[in-house]
Amino acid sequence: MNLYDIIFYIFAAITILSALFVVTTRNIVHSAFFLLFTFFGVAGIYVLLGADFIAIAQIMVYVGGILILILFGVMLTNKITSVEIRTGTVQMIPATIGVVIFMAAVIAIMVMTNWKSEPGLIPLGTTKDLGHLLINDYVLIFELLGILLLIALIGAASIARREQE
Amino acid sequence: MLTVGLNHFLVISAVLFSLGIYGIVTRKNAVMVLMGIELVLNSANINFVAFSHYGNFGLNGQAIALFVIVLAAAEAAIALAIVLNVYKTFAEVNVDEIDHLKE
Repeated sequence: MNLYDIIFYIFAAITILSALFVVTTRNIVHSAFFLLFTFFGVAGIYVLLGADFIAIAQIMVYVGGILILILFGVMLTNKITSVEIRTGTVQMIPATIGVVIFMAAVIAIMVMTNWKSEPGLIPLGTTKDLGHLLINDYVLIFELLGILLLIALIGAASIARREQE
Repeated sequence: MLTVGLNHFLVISAVLFSLGIYGIVTRKNAVMVLMGIELVLNSANINFVAFSHYGNFGLNGQAIALFVIVLAAAEAAIALAIVLNVYKTFAEVNVDEIDHLKE
């Protein structure tokens, strides 16, 4: 148990507990705020895995972008002043049983498999190497993702805009 | 056992994936379903980065994780636009009551 392990367990607890609250709280706004802690916990786990650039991208894109979008979605689709913001649930018991069985199976498979793992050393900054990788090996995917983001931007704007009257 | 290795990250990712599936299956509100999808994508990303770190694959796993983050952003924007349109049409975002295609 050195410092690395202790920090790992703290971030793991933050991630798992807040994710549990996300899917069990009945108030949607509370769920959105617990999702914030989940994203921060996952970013911490990325840092522990030596992926500094991914961690910063996680915080900027998820917390700065997606979470704000989700909060706007909550605010625009609920009558906040009149109805309390709650979400109903369906099929709790079958879902709980199925998910617990699924989780046990996946964890058993992952723990029992003898992964070929070498204790990787923490690199000193991955940004430069990641940049090289993006414009050498993955340049086609990189360009396609740019086009995809443009299409998503135009599509979202054209779907969500008001009809001309 | 207590020393952190590859298995610990895989277990966290499995738990996060299961919680995301649970959220997708049990929640009625479309925005909550979207949050479940984000949890699932995050758990997949943890797996990519963990194997990239422990499997000696260089940075390929991290590059894929970056692509997943980009796709998640695009997916969230489109999905919320659709949810807003559904709300404008039906005044309702519960996914079990929007079943007009069945008739």
